[in-house]
Parts: sequence; structure tokens; C-alpha cells
Amino acid sequence: MSFRIASSPHHHSQQHTSVLMRSVVLACLPGIACQVYFFGYGVLIQLLLAIVTAWASEAFILRLREKPVLPRLKDHSAMLTAVLLAVSIPAFAPWWLIVFGTAFAIIIVKQLYGGLGHNLFNPAMAAYVFLLVSFPQQMTSWLPPLSLQAQPQQWLDPVCAVFTDFSCAGYSLTQLKTDIDGMTMATPLDTVKTDLAGGKTLTESMQQQVFEQFGGVGWNYVNLAFLLGGLWLLQQKVIQWRIPFAVLGSLALCSFIGYLIDPDLHASPVFHLLSGGTMLAAFFIATDPVSASTTLRGRLYYGALIGLLIYLIRSFGGFPDAVAFAVMLANLTVPLIDYYTRPRTYGHKPKGSY
Amino acid sequence: MTDYRDIIRQGLWQNNPGLVQLLGLCPLLATSSTMTNALGLGFATMLVLLSTNLVVSLIRSQVPNEIRIPIFVMVIAAVVTAIEQLMQAYTYQLYQSLGIFIPLIVTNCIVIGRAEAFASKNPLLPSAVDGLMMGLGFTAVLLLLGTCREILGQGTLFDGAEALFGPWATVLRVELFKTDSHFLLAILPPGAFMVLGFLIAAKNAIDLRQKNRQVQPATITRARVTHVATSETSSQ
Repeated sequence: MSFRIASSPHHHSQQHTSVLMRSVVLACLPGIACQVYFFGYGVLIQLLLAIVTAWASEAFILRLREKPVLPRLKDHSAMLTAVLLAVSIPAFAPWWLIVFGTAFAIIIVKQLYGGLGHNLFNPAMAAYVFLLVSFPQQMTSWLPPLSLQAQPQQWLDPVCAVFTDFSCAGYSLTQLKTDIDGMTMATPLDTVKTDLAGGKTLTESMQQQVFEQFGGVGWNYVNLAFLLGGLWLLQQKVIQWRIPFAVLGSLALCSFIGYLIDPDLHASPVFHLLSGGTMLAAFFIATDPVSASTTLRGRLYYGALIGLLIYLIRSFGGFPDAVAFAVMLANLTVPLIDYYTRPRTYGHKPKGSY
Repeated sequence: MTDYRDIIRQGLWQNNPGLVQLLGLCPLLATSSTMTNALGLGFATMLVLLSTNLVVSLIRSQVPNEIRIPIFVMVIAAVVTAIEQLMQAYTYQLYQSLGIFIPLIVTNCIVIGRAEAFASKNPLLPSAVDGLMMGLGFTAVLLLLGTCREILGQGTLFDGAEALFGPWATVLRVELFKTDSHFLLAILPPGAFMVLGFLIAAKNAIDLRQKNRQVQPATITRARVTHVATSETSSQ
């Protein structure tokens, strides 16, 4: 009888990359379902296009780099990138947009930096910024929720819109965006920003149809659904509490300070937490193990920085939502954060004393 | 006896200012959004390089070693000012669209680099050839970068070429494809960095392929029996 001799650590977590990645994808499902319910099934088409493109470009670039293709495809990381990008772009965006963005994410942001585990930036968010900077018009054409659309969405409309830029009845995206009163609708964050810039107070802005008691119609439930998925991830120990807690905490704190100073000019914390991509960012994007900080204390700083940046860009910057920019900027600071938050080695005294 | 062929190869390929030395990135990335801008700045830089190399080489024995750098800088500044005035007089539109980047040629590291590394140590003619070839190499990279970015960004070639060549040049404009939505990233600075990265990668790939091709005969000689191999090495 022989004993297998192995060096430490003897206790292994059985979670492989592929299992983790798959759990994160699964946790996105409530949010995706919610998006389908409120905004139509356009997002499913984007998902399909994104995943196919991600697999194809991953296989292509791995072939070029002379690396094994199948094991890398099976770790689901390409699929996760595709899913995160697909849920963040407008559901009726033209098909080439998502194809272009996903290919950019996989080929340039991920593989040219050395593949999974070496990328400096979160691929999905870098691709989002890439698309937003390159094609601002397509990337901001968000549709109002189904209940507010002037032209009721027909069964095949998402397909027509994604592939031809027009709905089946021949309405352009701009026409689809208008509400019953003939006003162009925007996302809640965008509406608030435009109204505040136009000299209205927040209370006046909140009178519009896009808003309910809390957050905007549809958007609040999408965010709650992503929160649900995120909590499941926490419970499964796929992610740790530090980053989401820090992101949401710092965003809530910043917006609370603003709200205390002048509730007419600064939206409430609840509005900030439940609109745009806040929950998606806190639980799914900022927690990306590759591009996030790795030390325990560093994760708190990293998350807090993201929350602060989201608030600053939303309130004082040029873009209505800021998740992608905030995450990319925070990714840049990660090496510095990691350097200054290195944990004490066991048996050594704290830095500076011998 | 100077090897002119080597100078030419160094400037155009092996030691290319844009792709290998990575000097002068600021104008390289900022002005390569269209072919016209790229060509304009490329020509200007080439002219500056040629003239400064000539002058520096002429005065190289008179210049005290201790204060050579300020003197070179003054020579360069004078030449650049002259070129700037020339462009203002003859290609005013281009002068306006290139803006600050024409006076900034003064700070371009290639110019001072070649003056210091080559022209101050070599006679007149090799220095002139070196300046011309370095300038040509730089212009070639600029033009390539400009071409890629203009095609990606707007789908055209030689858009606005009349600013450089005069009114007849409007015929040069080629529209490859028409888009409603310009690919803004290619026109913006990040696009320049990415395209430059791909160009450098392509150059490295070509170099690697050439190197691999050259290595192969050596492995064959090694496989041979000794006395045959010696006769072959002596013939090399």
C-alpha cells in the first residue's frame, strides 16, 4: 500500500476556473430575465451574437498563439466576457456593434495582453468603453421600457431592429425611442442629467414617466435582479463580500452626502444604487478576479474607488453612466493598490520595524 | 569608406525611428489621423532632419564638445522655424491643421538624436544620406499609420489632399466605403497607439521570419560529417 505524498497546501478548494465562471454566468440569469421582461428579448439576440463571436475569436487567436484551443474555451471565461458585454449594451444596437466589441474584448484586451489571468483591464468593460467612444450614437440608443413605448413592440421587432436598424414595420430607432407624447425617451440617469443641466430641479425631473417611486421603470427591477444574482454568488462563495460592499457603500455614501447638501440637485442614494449598471458593476464586473485588487485590504480600497468614480462621473462628468470608465480607471490603479496593501508575512513584524 | 547601403537600411528598416527607436511618438501619433496630415508632417520632419544633419556635420569640428547640445538645439530651432515659415507661406491649410506640431518638430527626439549620434561624428555626405533616410523611414511609418487610420476611421484615402498639394489634388481623394457612423476610435489617439502596436508586431514578425529562414542552412552544415563541414565553413 502506497501513500501519495504531496506538499502543502493539503486542503484544496474544489472550485476550478470553469466552475467559477459558469456560476457567474448563471447568476446573471435573473438580471437577463428581468431585462427581457421589461425591454423585450433583444438582449437575447445580443447574447447569442456575443457568445458566438467570443468563442470564434478566442479559438482564432489561440490558434495564432499556438495554444491549446479546447481547454481554454471550456473555462467559460470568454463566454462570461460576452455575457457581461451583451447585457450592458442597448438591446436594439445593430448586430455589428456587439460582434465588433466582443472581438475587441477577446482579441485585443484579453489575449494580446497574454490571455486569461494576464489582462490588465476587464475585457468586457474595456470593450464597452471602446464601443462608447467609437460609436456614441448607437451605444446610447436605449429603448424605453415596453410599457412606455409608443409603438408596441411586435414579436419579430428585436430581430428586425438588430439586423436592419429598423423595426419590422419600418420605424427607425429614433422613432421607437419616442414615448406616447412624442418625446424622445432616455434612460433615467440620462433624463436626470439632461434635466439638471437644463435648470430643472430633481423633483421636477422625477415627474416624468420613466420614474416610479424609486429609480426608473424597469431599471430598478433589473438592478434588483442583478443584486439577487450577486447575493447568490456571495452565498456560493464565488465572490467575496469586500468589493461589492465597498462599491455600493462608497457610492451610497457619496450620493448621501450630495443628497444632504441639496436634494434638488443631487439624486438620492437609492436612485444611484438602483439605476444604470450599479449592481451589475458591483457584483459581476468589479469582482473580476484578474483585473481587481488581490489583497484583502486592497479590495476595499479598489471597490471604494470604483464607487467614488461612478458617483463623480455620473454627477459631474460628461456621461450619464460611468460604470465602465470607473472600472477601467480603477483597474489602472490596481498594481499600486496591491503594492501598498501587501499583507504582513507570517513571522515578520509590520513594515518599518525590525 | 562609408557603407551607404547600410545607412539606408538602418534608416528605412533596421533602426526605423518610428517602429524600432520609437522616437518622436508625440507627432507620430497625434498627426497621423489622415494621410494628408501624415505626409505633411513627414515631409517637414524629413526636410528638418536633412538640413540639420547637413549643418551639424559641417560645423562638427568647430563645436566645443562641452556645449554641443545647446548649439545643436539652436541649429534645429532655426531650421524648424524656417520650415514653419515656408509651410505657412505655401501650404497654409495644412499649416493650420497641423498646428502646434510643426514647431514641436524642434523637440522631436529623432532630430537631436541623429545630430548627436551620427552627424556630429561623420562627414557631410553620409550625414545627409542618414538624415534623408531616417526622415524617409519616419515618413513611411507616418504614412502607413495615417492610411490605416483614415481607412478605418472614415473609409477614405487622401481626404483633404488639396491642403498639401494644391487644388488639383482633390482628384486624389478615394472613397473606399461609405459609413454613416465614423469609427471614432481610429481617429482618436488610442486608435493611433493600437495601430502602431500592430505595425510594430508586423515588423517583428517579418524580422523573425527572415531570421528563421537564415538559420536553416546552418543546421544542415552541422548535420554533416566533419571534413565536409570544414570545407563548407571555409567557403563561407
